[in-house]
Amino acid sequence: MSTDAVLYDHPGPRARARNRILTVAFGVLLLALLFWIYRKFEEKGQWAATLWEPFTKSSTWTDYIWPGFKNTLAAAAVAMVLSLVFGVLFAVGRLSDHWWLRVPSGVVVEFFRAVPLLLLMFFIFFGIPFVTEKPMPNFWAVVIALTLYNGSVLAEAFRAGVRAVPIGQSEAAYAIGMRKGQVMGQILIPQAARAMLPVIVSQLVVLVKDTALGYIISYNELLQLGVNNLAANFGNVIQAAIVAAIIYIAINATLTAVAGWLARRTRRSGRAPRATTTGPAVLTGAGGEPGAGA
Amino acid sequence: MRITRLAATFGAMAMVLAAAACGGDDSDNASGGASTASGIVGKAAGGKLTFGVKADQPGLGLQTGSTYSGFDIEISKIIAKGLGVPESGITWKTTVSANREPYIQQGQVDVVVATYTINDERKQKVNFGGPYFIAGQDLLVPVASTITGPESLAGKKVCSVSGSTPAKRIQTDYKDAQLQQFDSYSKCVTALAGGQVDAVSTDDIILAGYASQDQYAGKFKVVGKPFSTEPYGIGVKKDDTAGCNKINDILKAAAADGSYKKAWDDTLGKSGKAAPELDVSKLTNCS
Amino acid sequence: MDVFSDPTNRDVYVTGFLWILKLTAASSVFALVIGTALAAMRVSPVPVLRAFGTAWVNIFRNTPLTLIIFFCYFGLYSTLGFTASDNLELNNYWLGVIGLSVYTAAFVCEAIRSGINTVPAGQAEAARAIGMTFRQTLTMIVLPQAGRAVIAPLGSIFIALSKNATIVGTIGLAESSNAMKDLINSNGNAVFQIFFVFAGTFAVVLIPTGYGFGWLANRLAVKR
Repeated sequence: MSTDAVLYDHPGPRARARNRILTVAFGVLLLALLFWIYRKFEEKGQWAATLWEPFTKSSTWTDYIWPGFKNTLAAAAVAMVLSLVFGVLFAVGRLSDHWWLRVPSGVVVEFFRAVPLLLLMFFIFFGIPFVTEKPMPNFWAVVIALTLYNGSVLAEAFRAGVRAVPIGQSEAAYAIGMRKGQVMGQILIPQAARAMLPVIVSQLVVLVKDTALGYIISYNELLQLGVNNLAANFGNVIQAAIVAAIIYIAINATLTAVAGWLARRTRRSGRAPRATTTGPAVLTGAGGEPGAGA
Repeated sequence: MRITRLAATFGAMAMVLAAAACGGDDSDNASGGASTASGIVGKAAGGKLTFGVKADQPGLGLQTGSTYSGFDIEISKIIAKGLGVPESGITWKTTVSANREPYIQQGQVDVVVATYTINDERKQKVNFGGPYFIAGQDLLVPVASTITGPESLAGKKVCSVSGSTPAKRIQTDYKDAQLQQFDSYSKCVTALAGGQVDAVSTDDIILAGYASQDQYAGKFKVVGKPFSTEPYGIGVKKDDTAGCNKINDILKAAAADGSYKKAWDDTLGKSGKAAPELDVSKLTNCS
Repeated sequence: MDVFSDPTNRDVYVTGFLWILKLTAASSVFALVIGTALAAMRVSPVPVLRAFGTAWVNIFRNTPLTLIIFFCYFGLYSTLGFTASDNLELNNYWLGVIGLSVYTAAFVCEAIRSGINTVPAGQAEAARAIGMTFRQTLTMIVLPQAGRAVIAPLGSIFIALSKNATIVGTIGLAESSNAMKDLINSNGNAVFQIFFVFAGTFAVVLIPTGYGFGWLANRLAVKR
């Protein structure tokens, strides 16, 4: 249901007046709060030019923030791809007809969903080298931990998505002679992924944020370089953290916006094949441009 | 060697025999006396070495962009030079207090010069050259503070880095103090500047580095009553006796030819503190 | 040999998990209250309330929790002068609770909002037709039904919350991630044992909790 319109009547004069009063009252309250925060910051000298000045120098950006930003994105990007792969594999594993595939996949997914990422990262970095006798680069410790955790969450999302696909879809696919793998790969997973797109994207946002934990094992990401090291040079830990927070919000807002655009696109292109599902066009149309019909 | 220790751990858990623990120690030593080819002397012949240093300690090891500066960095350069590695062959790697032993054991770094106190517990895991400097745990307080030493900490809030030796010492020896732990000293110093904690405690030399930063000039003082002895060593792999001896030889030479003093004067000495004497008789025996 | 047979180590372990428990308990209550209020704001007829709700969600959901906890210490406590207790540990605990609450509330708000979307429009229209106000429609018709629909997502959110509580360790609370770090530091040869005990504790508590929420969600599901 569309929340905006249905929950309340179109406001009449009295409702409009009341809304205006609420708007003004709440607005004033909010502004007062913001002003108070501003004054408190001023009182403590947090607006002092010397603390903010470093951010006007290009070297601050090229030496700390940009390398940190790149490392954050690198770890996030690799972990995103790997956790999507991990998610699909283990979702399929959990849906398998074979118990020897289903049970271990279930155990892995449930375990990694339940363990705090912080513990996982710490263990991979300090514990695994005891077995492999090789150092664990901190980049991979971050990526592996993120993959295991977010991949497990995504596996559950895919599984729920697959189970939400109407049973008639797979029955029809079997009826036209598709094998199990084909049904999963060509019928169920694509629909599940589309249905679960909001969940997948919010999990990817979680993943980007979780790269921030990498600083605990001294991976040079945005928090390590942009907050800890920067502040060690300029003594402006609060200011550096504010700048870092803005960057994170920007990355994630962008990600969410891209996802929204993608969702609209897939919804549009989704309509085209549905209209021709019954026709033979689907078989030949596989090579067609996705979304070209819209 | 690590695998044997791990195996010993599990083995002992399974067997529930007290003797197994001794067996674990023995196998440690047996596999520990490996060749020196894997040591830093052998690696240095290839013209490349990786140094583990601190990145957030002004005056000692501070990362500014991709370059590092500080006393530890200068000492690292002296060691590298002594081993025949050009400055361009040095790779710097940031270490934090909690990961120095694993970094050496796993070979992530070849040498650690990172305000690294020599103690018996660590000696079981790594080999130490040096000490190249003797620090002591001290307190950094606001100029107007009434704190005169660790005895006057009762009821006060003291900040240190989580899991570090100074933090543990406050916890065990000065139980009346309340301990605030952060993951970096810059956060501790910020909390001190804001008045949330009454003192920051770690090695005097680290504190001096922060006290002399521009934005804190004239605000803080180091109490000046060290209550521990922290000989800073240079960590290498446990079995690298040859490398350790070589480091000590290089330090001896550096003390004699003035390059040690120059390293100090270029970094921490800028605060006006005279260079300490490098006491070559105190160098470790590398066993 | 056995790390956990040492009473001091066991103490560290127990204290760590007690903090996690206390953090989770307090934060889930606050997060639920704040989150519900935010969700109500986001669907309200007053634009400034809607904007406030949207801003809250976008800011807190997109910032790493590490940074939020950090701001609780250095912003709220250090700069704004908010002090919950003179005891350093308790003060950090409450700062952690605030950080976890405002962060989790953003997720709770979104879960409830999507729960509201599962209630058929006809229900709200019928409520309005018989003359109910916005508040009545929301509290008597929509939220009770939405509440049942959001049990499963709320379950995942609270499970995530209890794991996220480990991040309060970054402002020095001796919760289980710090406890694990401490134990590993002093018992480097028992890394595996230590990890599996800590991770196992989380798994043993959280996996059944997850299934419990799933069962509850099924039981209370609104039949349509």
